[in-house]
Amino acid sequence: MRKTCHPSRFVADVINRVPPSGIRRYFDLASEIDDAISLGVGEPDFVTPWHIREACIHSLECGETSYTSNYGLMELREEISKSFSGKYNISYNPESEILVTSGVSEALDVAIRSITNPGDEIIIPQPSYVAYVPSVMFAGGVPVPVMNSIENNFRLLPEDLEAAITDKTKALILNYPNNPTGATMSRKDLEAIADVVAEHDIMVISDEVYDCLTYNGGHTCFSSLEGMRDRTILLNGFSKAYAMTGFRLAFAMAPPEIIASMMLIHQYCMLCAPIIAQLGAIEALRNGQTEMEKMVRDYDRRRHLIVSGLNKIGLDCFEPKGAFYAFPSVKNTGLSSEEFAERLLFEQKVVTIPGNVFGEAGNGFLRCSYATSMQEIEEALARIEAFVDGL
Amino acid sequence: MMGLLNMDEKTRHILECLEEDARISHEKIATLTGMPVGEVSRIIKDMENSGVIRKYKTVIDWDLAGDENVYAIIELKVSLERSLGYQALVERLYKFPEVRSVRLLSGQYDLSLTVSGSSMKEVAFFVAEKISTLEQVQHTATHFVLKTYKEDGVILYEQDHLARLPVTP
Repeated sequence: MRKTCHPSRFVADVINRVPPSGIRRYFDLASEIDDAISLGVGEPDFVTPWHIREACIHSLECGETSYTSNYGLMELREEISKSFSGKYNISYNPESEILVTSGVSEALDVAIRSITNPGDEIIIPQPSYVAYVPSVMFAGGVPVPVMNSIENNFRLLPEDLEAAITDKTKALILNYPNNPTGATMSRKDLEAIADVVAEHDIMVISDEVYDCLTYNGGHTCFSSLEGMRDRTILLNGFSKAYAMTGFRLAFAMAPPEIIASMMLIHQYCMLCAPIIAQLGAIEALRNGQTEMEKMVRDYDRRRHLIVSGLNKIGLDCFEPKGAFYAFPSVKNTGLSSEEFAERLLFEQKVVTIPGNVFGEAGNGFLRCSYATSMQEIEEALARIEAFVDGL
Repeated sequence: MMGLLNMDEKTRHILECLEEDARISHEKIATLTGMPVGEVSRIIKDMENSGVIRKYKTVIDWDLAGDENVYAIIELKVSLERSLGYQALVERLYKFPEVRSVRLLSGQYDLSLTVSGSSMKEVAFFVAEKISTLEQVQHTATHFVLKTYKEDGVILYEQDHLARLPVTP
């Protein structure tokens, strides 16, 4: 008789060390409740603009269903290059410095894997997007959290970065505008970080997927700072700016040596991003500016609505300057983030994400996405008010 | 007559709020834009005075309301007067209450009118007696509207809502 199989025995140790996503737990809880209003969704509520969808339909009609170069369509890389030189006055060679990926998630994974040796430390300012820590662990690296605080507007301070750097530090992951706080960093703030980064000779993975979604002032692209281009892996994508989440399309830009290393991993795990999505992305870059700007203005109005609403309720809300998340404090209710989010879900059917899911620095906060309709935001605010009044 | 005013970002926000909901209060616009109410009111007054805001209007699904009115699009081919161009004719046309809109077109026809009446017969007679008989009008083509699917950017039938996950990573 053959031996019985215990599949769990085969699971790699690293998998057991990575905690399950806190967001996943809220997904499961929220799925049990009908008619909940969701402020938990990290994706635009706009449908991809019609002209982009139409370009994809047309490409299918033309039979454009093949693989593309591992790097992505040259036409798309040229458009990406043009767009960044126009926006930030930085130039990337479409032939060797741009890699088209399946979402920023893949770009992030490939970027981390391409530079991380076992035991390398990667600094992650928190609160941070939930994928950063696990991605570093999967790559055999050691995530080193740095706490950002509301007192500093959730910006990374150069002295905090400096204090976290050891001789094992390989890279820093930056994410501005930030998910979950909505914080941004000014050019001056980033210059100070650049000084530390250069001094200690470390790489920066800069996730700027929300760069188009900034309010009251523009975005500073980290690699556009003096001396930073050669030590930055710039990640960006189409999901947020053009409401193209389901297309799973993004890109990385970095010096040729880094892009070649990333491409090596990408070609064996993904081969290439889907051609249909790539053709849609070309259309987005060429003709998507007006609709994108309109979406940003809509988000801006919702941002004011939710921030002033939360403040009126008594939940002190940090003013987000980018992305589409409000990050109010629930500390003065006496409840923890998780207690607040869970009770709000069960008692008032409003889905939010507790801040501690994004690391310890998020304790006492709540992530509320305002990428939902004005009516839903107003209804959610009324329910949150009823919940807080009842405490 | 385009771009007489140099619109700033704040003004655009306010105009978009009003275009979305003509009944929105100045206080609500102030909340949505983060501007003081007084500034919102002042900009709206300026926009009204300068004619950028022409009228506060409601988009109504008349079919759903059970309205029996008939609408037609009338295309006109016209001859021009040397000194006045289209202006004299257009001024005559838009004074008729039956005429809801007047547009100058490129292509085969010169003008397009939207006309309403209580019956097809009434619209047809109006075109035959009041429009076709004008001196400058050489030719007309009348298209009766059978159903309106979209009006002023608003889709006039119930659409299926796409389901989103309640939580995403």
